[in-house]
Amino acid sequence: MARRILIDPVTRIEGHAKITIHLDDEGNVADARFHVVEFRGFEKFCEGRPLGEMPGITPRICGICPVSHLLASAKACDAILAVNIPPAAEKLRRLMNLGQIVQSHALSFFHLSAPDFLLGWETTPATRNVFGLVAANPELARAGIRLRQFGQELIEHLGGKKIHPAWAVPGGVREPLTEAGRDAIKGRLPEAFTTARLALKLFRDVLSKHSREIQVFGNFPTLFMGLANTDGTWEHYDGFLRFVDAGGNVIADGIEPAQYREAIGEAALPDSYLKAPYHKPLGYPDGIYRVGPLARLNVCQRMGTPEADAELERFRRFGRGAVTSSFLYHYARLIEIVCSLERIQELIDDPDLLSERLRANAGVNKLVGVGASEAPRGTLFHHYEVNEDGLITKVNMIIATGQNNLAMNRTVAQIARHYLPSGNGKITEPMLNRIEAGIRAFDPCLSCSTHASGRMGLEVSVLAANGTVLDAASVD
Amino acid sequence: MDRLRVATVWLGGCSGCHMSFLDLDEFLIDLAQKVEIVFSPVIDVKEYPENVDLVLVEGAVCNEDHLEVARRLRERTNVVVSFGDCAVTGNVTAMRNPLCSADCVLKRAYLETADVNPQIPREPGIVPPLLDRVMPLHEVIPVDCYLPGCPPPADRIKALLMQLLTTGSARLVGAQIKFG
Ligand code: SF4
Repeated sequence: MARRILIDPVTRIEGHAKITIHLDDEGNVADARFHVVEFRGFEKFCEGRPLGEMPGITPRICGICPVSHLLASAKACDAILAVNIPPAAEKLRRLMNLGQIVQSHALSFFHLSAPDFLLGWETTPATRNVFGLVAANPELARAGIRLRQFGQELIEHLGGKKIHPAWAVPGGVREPLTEAGRDAIKGRLPEAFTTARLALKLFRDVLSKHSREIQVFGNFPTLFMGLANTDGTWEHYDGFLRFVDAGGNVIADGIEPAQYREAIGEAALPDSYLKAPYHKPLGYPDGIYRVGPLARLNVCQRMGTPEADAELERFRRFGRGAVTSSFLYHYARLIEIVCSLERIQELIDDPDLLSERLRANAGVNKLVGVGASEAPRGTLFHHYEVNEDGLITKVNMIIATGQNNLAMNRTVAQIARHYLPSGNGKITEPMLNRIEAGIRAFDPCLSCSTHASGRMGLEVSVLAANGTVLDAASVD
Repeated sequence: MDRLRVATVWLGGCSGCHMSFLDLDEFLIDLAQKVEIVFSPVIDVKEYPENVDLVLVEGAVCNEDHLEVARRLRERTNVVVSFGDCAVTGNVTAMRNPLCSADCVLKRAYLETADVNPQIPREPGIVPPLLDRVMPLHEVIPVDCYLPGCPPPADRIKALLMQLLTTGSARLVGAQIKFG
């Protein structure tokens, strides 16, 4: 008798989603699917708005990575103005993006995912969360909270607000860093480094005890995509699109983000508000690719900073060519925190950050503009078309998380096959939590397209092959 | 004394209000002494519990699941706080209202911009249908308290929580009542 298991909602992720697991007549996992269940329609309601409003509106897509939308949007506007922004403005935008990578990755690690592997997979659901971490290891939890705070305060020093600063604008940015802001950031850098190093050390210990997770948490060959510099250095703000395969071979390189449509196609799915992008030359669904920290570390040759580069070398030992286990997204994220802190340190004394020359002024010089940047979760594209008056006529956005849609689906199926009992054995909460943890590894940001809460409760519905419900039970 | 039972819920918003809640930073550690978080996207509880003292609700009501969640949390909660501009006014989430029905926004996203399998996601029981009109929370259920801001900054959230925790009601004044 075929059954369907529904996990609803998936918790400790950013945004709401459901997972369904389909069992065949013998009770073995036939398939599992990840569903994103909300939609807000930015692509439509931005039509008709003045271009200059876009960097104000689009960050409201996501409160976790608003800076990514702010920057991709401002860059799409720069392209329509056809200007090169002042060098100081670019440095400031980079600085803010680095702050965001730190805060968002710290959130993913400490607040959301670490309870699984630091408190243990079998911990009761009631305490398997950041408050449980506070109780079990207050010093670590405090350090994690303060690391996220460091990133959020950096954003506030630049934009006046931690979330949704109206700061980047078409042609540049509004305000420079102040001396007081610079000193405050510098003052807290050493502590941020200490916490990042501590997290890395802890996670290396976790890895030594989690070889099974490394093998089955979304470990399969796919392509990887990210921005990279012409010299192959890790990039987060500019650069070209590069695809590598599971063997680490570069299969497409030097693609201008404005040409993304040649490289990326999008498929709509019947059971999710999240579309499924794929690499066009390989078609759908063979063109499955991953983005985000794991992908960025796979596409780059080097991080470009000493500590992160030393760690990258250790990281590479987990793969042959590319590192293909999605469990190692966590590791990649921590390496990116270290790299971001090193870059903040390099940048922070640059006198340009205090410059007043921050904005290139121009009118509408082109009718189409594409802006891309690396959001914490992967490459983000904003594509705008405007009329002569600068009113938006068309918007398309490719959100970082969406590009992992195909891989997240495959991940939940792989974990389900591995951990769920075959036949009609009892399904327990920790088994289902591992499936959710597979999704957490990707750190999906579903705010970008979602928020739903569905019928609360972890329900197991037993369905006949024709889909009628034969039996329903809750798993607590 | 038993700790107060507090919940946080996400409807149609960007999660920025929840991020601002996390911006309470180390105060979260003190808060955990005073209250018990019984339901929230950041903990693994799947079913909205009974007898909740206080809930912060982020986001506007924009699909059928939200309607159900809003009604359920009202039944089970003493004080409901409309948390952030989306919940208070509809804000950015409601910008689709003047344009057209739900179907025309869906068409743009899933028919016009898809290269493969253009279709509007509708799997019954999985993908909740959108409402034609996005609503602020108080249009659907009675709300006890409003906390505007996009998002409300952490110090304002803290001020409100402290009032509610000590006196059971809250009154924001002056600069604390600010949109955007
Ligand atoms: S009020 Fe602002 S920050 Fe809060 S959910 Fe809505 S858009 Fe996001």
